[in-house]
Amino acid sequence: MSDAVNSPDTETGFATRSAAFEARLQKRYAAERRFKLAGLSAILFSIAVLAVLLINMTVNGIGGFQRAEVAVPIAFAEAGITADASTLSQVGAVQRLEAQGLAEFIELSATEALGADGAEQVSANAWREVAAAIISDPALLRSKGQTFWLPTTPDVASAMEGEGDAELFPLVERLEAEGKLDKNFDVGFLQRADATDPQAVGIWGALKGSMLTMIVTLLMAFPIGVMAALYLEEYAPKNRWTDLIEVSINNLAAVPSIIFGLLGLAVFLWIFPNFRSAPLIGGMTLALMTMPVIVISGRNAIKAVPPSIRDGALAVGASPVQVVFHHVLPLALPGILTGTIIGMARALGETAPLLMIGMRAFVATPPDGFTSPATVLPVQIYLWSDEIDRGFVERTSAAIIVLLLFLLVMNGLAIYLRNKFEKKW
Amino acid sequence: MSPAILLLLAVGLGVAGWLAARSRAWTFKRQEGAERLAALPTYHGWYVALWIIVPLAVFITIWASTAPYLIDQAVLASPAAAELPSFGFQRDALLNEAKSVATGAAPTVFNPAAEGLIEPFRAAIDQSNLIGFLGTLVVGFLGGTWAFLRLKPDFTARTRVERAVMTALLIASLVAILTTLGIVVSLVFETVRFFGMVSPMDFLFGTHWGPDPMSNPENPDPTRYGAIPLFWGTIYIGAIIAMIVAIPLGLMSAIYLTQYADPRLRAWLKPALEILAGVPTVVYGYFAALTVAPMVRDAAVAIGITSASSESALAAGLVMGVMIIPFVSSMADDSIAAVPQAMRDGSLAMGATTSETIKRVLVPAALPGIVAGIMLAISRAIGETMIVVMAAGAAANLTGNPLEAMTTVTFQIVAMLTGEGSFDHPATLSAFALGFVLFLVTLGLNFVALRVVKRFREAYE
Repeated sequence: MSDAVNSPDTETGFATRSAAFEARLQKRYAAERRFKLAGLSAILFSIAVLAVLLINMTVNGIGGFQRAEVAVPIAFAEAGITADASTLSQVGAVQRLEAQGLAEFIELSATEALGADGAEQVSANAWREVAAAIISDPALLRSKGQTFWLPTTPDVASAMEGEGDAELFPLVERLEAEGKLDKNFDVGFLQRADATDPQAVGIWGALKGSMLTMIVTLLMAFPIGVMAALYLEEYAPKNRWTDLIEVSINNLAAVPSIIFGLLGLAVFLWIFPNFRSAPLIGGMTLALMTMPVIVISGRNAIKAVPPSIRDGALAVGASPVQVVFHHVLPLALPGILTGTIIGMARALGETAPLLMIGMRAFVATPPDGFTSPATVLPVQIYLWSDEIDRGFVERTSAAIIVLLLFLLVMNGLAIYLRNKFEKKW
Repeated sequence: MSPAILLLLAVGLGVAGWLAARSRAWTFKRQEGAERLAALPTYHGWYVALWIIVPLAVFITIWASTAPYLIDQAVLASPAAAELPSFGFQRDALLNEAKSVATGAAPTVFNPAAEGLIEPFRAAIDQSNLIGFLGTLVVGFLGGTWAFLRLKPDFTARTRVERAVMTALLIASLVAILTTLGIVVSLVFETVRFFGMVSPMDFLFGTHWGPDPMSNPENPDPTRYGAIPLFWGTIYIGAIIAMIVAIPLGLMSAIYLTQYADPRLRAWLKPALEILAGVPTVVYGYFAALTVAPMVRDAAVAIGITSASSESALAAGLVMGVMIIPFVSSMADDSIAAVPQAMRDGSLAMGATTSETIKRVLVPAALPGIVAGIMLAISRAIGETMIVVMAAGAAANLTGNPLEAMTTVTFQIVAMLTGEGSFDHPATLSAFALGFVLFLVTLGLNFVALRVVKRFREAYE
């Protein structure tokens, strides 16, 4: 449609182009523009929601990577703690330091530096961090004035935001003016596990649990998924059994994730009653959920390998198994891997089935194996979101940032693989 | 000795068998000179390796699952265990404490009564490790030797290895059927137990939901197990509110992306929409509870509805709708793309504008596919858990007011199974009955939707 027809003032020779016609045409074009605009705004709305969500999490989450700390100079030389590198390397060194009055000495130092009201607001477990520092560097015990940044109580943290207990405001103002109270980047957030005090929580426990769970999921779902895809695509005879397998795989891909949780609870926990909350059971449950995704994407990747490759291999005398494992599978592998990563990313973000099998327990130490109690990142987010303490809001958002970063990396990897290895035959 | 070490040992034995068998096959080749081997030497290697690893995998699985039980039995039979309390919590605590010291997980025991049990535990664990280790060696050696002795120049190792590979592939594809079967059997089993306590009629048609996990499990009150409010909440949030958001937005997004967008713009917009699909549901739930729900409440208060609660069906439904948009969009995208180009060209050639072509030709032609996509979207929305758990509330209200808290089937499954109730209580078992209903409904929706899609694709091919 050219511009000449479009513009209203053109008097062409068409007998049909009456004024009413032009008016109708304008109306139709206006409807066209409105429709196009509606389409654009629909998609922009979705993207705006995504942007709001991400900005919201980032703004909240940046605070979650920090914690309120007070500066306390500690002169260990005056503490009279007798310990050296050899005794500190043994089991139970923390208890020994506690028995020698480390906690009391730190309280004393805090009182000197911050005043009695300030010392009261130092977190009750702050001495543990000092103890850990001493164990990693026993030479500290001879130092004459090492300044430690110790975590405060959550009350002070919220008072710094101007919330909570108003009685703390003057104290916070005084310490901030003296430069003894500040929000610092909390490296420990990436190293610790769950705790009841938002100042003392960390994400490492949940992250490690997630990794262990994902390893189990990958080790189970990937081989089974790929083998099932190969069988269905390359060898399966066309009969009722094959149809049944296909129907169950398609249905499993659409079953709500919580149903897999019920299966894990009723079957896996019935077989292994001692492994409640263990990454092993969680991984197995998620593997059943991920496997159909891998089968479906794997079949598409295998289908994309042209038949001429198979014919060529058969023609030079390869057996059917050799054709598939030497030629078809290597060519289909990038596509299968892409699907696998996407399925794993989904499993990493999954919460509901793991709640069912008890991975929602409070686990204060990072899991040390596939069978020890653990929690995973999304469940940790859910648990923290339930906490009333204001400090947990920021921690939750920080945990969400960590989870989203992992998903971003995984999806980025999938896209990279797809672009790098995708072949058009 | 942990199963992992035994498995490593098994792999080591397998590699050894593989190497031995391969070199054996090479010696055949050299000795016999002119005679050809029936299979390549590597296949001889694989044959022996399989005969070592497969029996070992079975052995180690069985051993790993029975050894802890056998250790406990051995300790309980020891004289030191005679002083234990005969049952209950303290007995388990003492046993666990002694066990963790014996395995080196804890430095010392707190309870002196557990002291005497450490030694029996150590002895039993050592013995079980020894048996596991020797058993692995013996089983691996027997399997390997048997296979090794069968190697001959005319031994068809490849055929046999390939037969094993095919069996493995077949077993792998049967896992899907087993999973489906596992789901159905476990749900049916627990549901039947539940219906033994509460009649199906009370469950399916009752209008009051309020199971008490602390009540007497022998004598449940059937009037507290009416699931109608849950079904209503699920439909209201997942199939009504969420769809009011997701259908227009998803459909219009798909139309814009496929019919209007510049390819360069499309290359950016489509992945952005896919990110929306990749955000974990727990993040949406947190967003709904922390940001959307207060916004909804404030908006409701601003227009004069003061009774609005902080947990509302509307907040959960809106966020769920946003989550479903990419799903509806991609399904609509596929169905519109399946409409033959000739129909579109014909309409445009008649002078219809693009929007008229879309509204009068493309969408009607793609309608079966779009409807099927919406059915799949509904099935996903009603099975969604975390958003409703975090934002929709726990009160089972049978109301049409979107500003009130409402509960759903998935919420109640989580609530019943993460609560305090025992596993035999009807309140806990009701979760399985709810899960069964959910499973049947999603299965039905998917089945119908997939058939519609299939028939629709065939119509244009």
